Amino acid sequence: MKHFDVIVVGGGHAGTEAAHTSARAGAKTALITLRKDTIGVMSCNPAIGGLGKGHLVREIDAFDGVMGVAADRSGIQFRLLNRRKGPAVQGPRTQSDRKLYRQAIFDLTVAQPNLDVIEAEVEDLIIKNCKASGVILADGSRISSSAVILTTGTFLRGVIHIGDQRSSGGRMGDKASVKLADRLLSLNLPMGRLKTGTPPRLDGKTIDWAQLETQPGDEIPELFSFKHRTPFVKQISCGITHTNEKTHDIIRDNLGQSAMYGGHIDGIGPRYCPSIEDKIVRFSDKTSHQIFLEPEGLDDDTVYPNGISTSLPVDIQDQYVRSIKGLENVSILQPGYAIEYDFIDPRSLTAALELRDMPNLFLAGQINGTTGYEEAAAQGLVAGLNAALMAAGKVSEVFSRSTSYIGVMVDDLINRGVTEPYRMFTSRAEFRLSLRADNADQRLTPRAIQLGLCGEERKRMFEDKCDKLEAGRNILQNATLTPKEAVVHGFRVNQDGQRRSAYSLLSFPDINFDQLSAALPQLAGIEPDVAAQLSKDALYVNYLKRQDRDIEAMKRDEAWRIPENYDYSALSGLSNELTAKLVKAQPATLGHAARIEGVTPAALALILAKLRQEARVKAL
Amino acid sequence: MDTIYALATARGKAGVAVIRISGPNAWEATRLLAGKLPQPRQAGLRMLHLDGEALDEAVVLCFEAGASFTGEQVAELHIHGAVATVTAVLRALSDIDDLRLAEPGEFTRRALENGRLDLSQVEGLSDLIDAETESQRKQALKVLSGAVGKVVEDWRKGLIRAAALLEATIDFADEDVPVDVSPEVTAALTSVRASLKAELDRFSAAERIRDGFEVAIVGRPNAGKSTLLNALAGRDAAITSEVAGTTRDVIEVRMDLSGLSVTLLDTAGLRNTDDVVESIGVDRAIQRAKTADLRIFLLDGEDVPMLSPSEGDIVVRGKADISTQDEFSVSGKTGQGVQELIERLTDILIHRVQGAGLLSRERHRILLLDAFGALESAQGELCSDLDQPELAAEYLRDAARSLESLVGRVDVEHLLDEVFSSFCIGK
Repeated sequence: MKHFDVIVVGGGHAGTEAAHTSARAGAKTALITLRKDTIGVMSCNPAIGGLGKGHLVREIDAFDGVMGVAADRSGIQFRLLNRRKGPAVQGPRTQSDRKLYRQAIFDLTVAQPNLDVIEAEVEDLIIKNCKASGVILADGSRISSSAVILTTGTFLRGVIHIGDQRSSGGRMGDKASVKLADRLLSLNLPMGRLKTGTPPRLDGKTIDWAQLETQPGDEIPELFSFKHRTPFVKQISCGITHTNEKTHDIIRDNLGQSAMYGGHIDGIGPRYCPSIEDKIVRFSDKTSHQIFLEPEGLDDDTVYPNGISTSLPVDIQDQYVRSIKGLENVSILQPGYAIEYDFIDPRSLTAALELRDMPNLFLAGQINGTTGYEEAAAQGLVAGLNAALMAAGKVSEVFSRSTSYIGVMVDDLINRGVTEPYRMFTSRAEFRLSLRADNADQRLTPRAIQLGLCGEERKRMFEDKCDKLEAGRNILQNATLTPKEAVVHGFRVNQDGQRRSAYSLLSFPDINFDQLSAALPQLAGIEPDVAAQLSKDALYVNYLKRQDRDIEAMKRDEAWRIPENYDYSALSGLSNELTAKLVKAQPATLGHAARIEGVTPAALALILAKLRQEARVKAL
Repeated sequence: MDTIYALATARGKAGVAVIRISGPNAWEATRLLAGKLPQPRQAGLRMLHLDGEALDEAVVLCFEAGASFTGEQVAELHIHGAVATVTAVLRALSDIDDLRLAEPGEFTRRALENGRLDLSQVEGLSDLIDAETESQRKQALKVLSGAVGKVVEDWRKGLIRAAALLEATIDFADEDVPVDVSPEVTAALTSVRASLKAELDRFSAAERIRDGFEVAIVGRPNAGKSTLLNALAGRDAAITSEVAGTTRDVIEVRMDLSGLSVTLLDTAGLRNTDDVVESIGVDRAIQRAKTADLRIFLLDGEDVPMLSPSEGDIVVRGKADISTQDEFSVSGKTGQGVQELIERLTDILIHRVQGAGLLSRERHRILLLDAFGALESAQGELCSDLDQPELAAEYLRDAARSLESLVGRVDVEHLLDEVFSSFCIGK
């Protein structure tokens, strides 16, 4: 029987990132997918990044992952969202050429050492001693492994709805794997049901672009990967149009035929991505909704109309789409649909994304109740890394809320669970001012290097950048001005006799690097890139002092690991209520325990005391 | 690491109260109040001052880091146990930069982290955990019932609305949301701030604790007011006689009721009189009685002229020794009913201390002040020319966190609920 350290089932965004991370971490990895040519396929809208999501992609890139690189290679319209706001809330986003994205992922996968791609259907898991230890393929052959990662998206009882028609399946055109699903269902894990939808795909040749306004990309594109500066392919614009009263009338008149409003769907949909039916019912006073017409590729006429996902019957979709300006003669290439699927309550997972009830089995992506390519890939990274660490007999890697959006997401998922498909927002990160897209490498790459996840090129580039930042920071800190000198150069500062460094002046909201550079010639040696980065770092310095204390406290707590299945009942002094909460939540660290509602400093002290005592006993 | 302080002994009336300060600035903070510090581990008698005002005379004890209860630098202030004194010193500490009131269990937690406690000692924490839960429960019930609950609910709504608007412009920048939300956010914050301010102003009970209450005994001439005063005070502070109108001026007696400082006022009996001196006494009696925190109406069968009881005043029948009435009555002469009167008085005053505004606790006052400051900063950010809503949002988060124990946790889900119900998100 063939053996791998880690087997990844599924070749979507979670699967590819998981497989690559595992392989980079040194594990002999197999990626098993139904069809090689669907690796890295974008099943929903052809865009990567955004607010919160762009942060995730940058973090994946900081670990030398693939999503950012592929997004850059295929990006046809880069925009930095919130460009005019502060750097902490700026999020890179791009439209991607669907074909180029898939090609980029495929190329990267072929080039990745330690990684085999196997085209097959996984029918079941091999379970030994209640642990996952490989997979059984549809042809009956078996492959053993130390860990299995399932990234199978919406395959659990997935049902596609168009009007009153329904068919079972994951993505359009894919068959749902039944036995594997039954195996998971037999574990009796807590589950929930979600739904999501897509809009009809339009034929771009039949759109009257001349009547529409367009949205171009940024003049100076901001890419995802810290390795890249400029786009790889031609940049294009999107079209913008709007629904109107007539569109709304058509939809209102046919609501009963919508799968969702006809009572065919019980799953909970995302509130931030409502169907056009939802928008018209819930915001009935709005007479128009904006639609972005996003080309799916440079040599592809398919257009993704972002904003009108639907589960109405095909003929109604035709009617309402044609009521929209610029789309009067449009033809639909593929109708919109809603998909319902089961997800596994992520509270059954550890911080490594391993199933608590089935050791060595990891889950990542939509199966955990999330939505979005970026969320999926980030989980893939966590699962892939931890599966590889486990296979090598090393301790798992816990991502902290205080250092990454990845940590925020995993912590949210495993501690709070989900009620609607989980999507990242910057508002979810309590340390938002520190966790910026621009400093993802400074936050995470050092750890990635320690874990052996970074290639030579990445490592060299990062170290070079750090040297330059360090040198620049030194220049800024050693260049000082007295208040009187500052005033001469037009800087408004308190006349308190205190000399201020250029670095601290840079943290004043109304002083920028160029002004400082004019006053202090020694700053001229700092490269523009480095200056820009240091300006961003300086901007929030005064706001971060208190946050830093909280971060320190959180890190201290997170350094205390709590063993699996910890016996809280042995702690005299904890109330029954609190004990039950802790047993249910199974916090991985003291930091996790602190975030459970009702856990007080006194209760934490009690747990900490016990942990210390046990650590001492072990040391003896 | 923050420097924290808290009352280490039980709250309430006691001979001595100990306030413990722990953390890197413990000695420095103590120096600010006590001046030169005694040698570590040696008791020193010091006068505590803040801004030139004497607070109390205290025994000060310092412990070096590594040789203290928490393992950190520690100072202990052993002060007089009256509630007023303790409150005054705690408040003085709260005014010192970088010092904050300790969370329940925080000293112990630090002691543990620094390896100063063993498990058997920590197991004593179970009592603490129970006590915390109980006090939190009571606090929550108190806060959420009645008029206070309504005020707090408004704060919560205002904060959520303001934060949600800001977050909408941040997280849904490329969606169909208003570009400039600052007018609405400013309006919401202004209203919450005004309400916080009002609540802070109402926090006069703490002042009362420090300055004490005034309680006036009023009644017709010869009702037995002076005799009652003497009985309450336990000594002959006022001259008593059979002659009506013996007390001409206001007589003050300070006494301590369950740790509360109370000044009892004996006043001239109220009647219309032609005697010039007595009528001045009557005017003064009315004046003082009106400004007193509480009045004890001592009846002798007839209503008291010129004054009527307001809510919270005590009405009691006097000369219980010669009266045959069943109603609540006292006799200064025999002491009958005096204890009951003291209990009633104490109950009412303590109730006022706790019930005057929801900010009866020093912790709440500090949290409200913090929240108030954070909201002020948030508004400052909103007015600035720079489009950096993330900074205003940060201050709002601080404010919500300060008010958490009052308004409940405001987390991202609440903000998202508000965003999704207000705006059609999903381009």
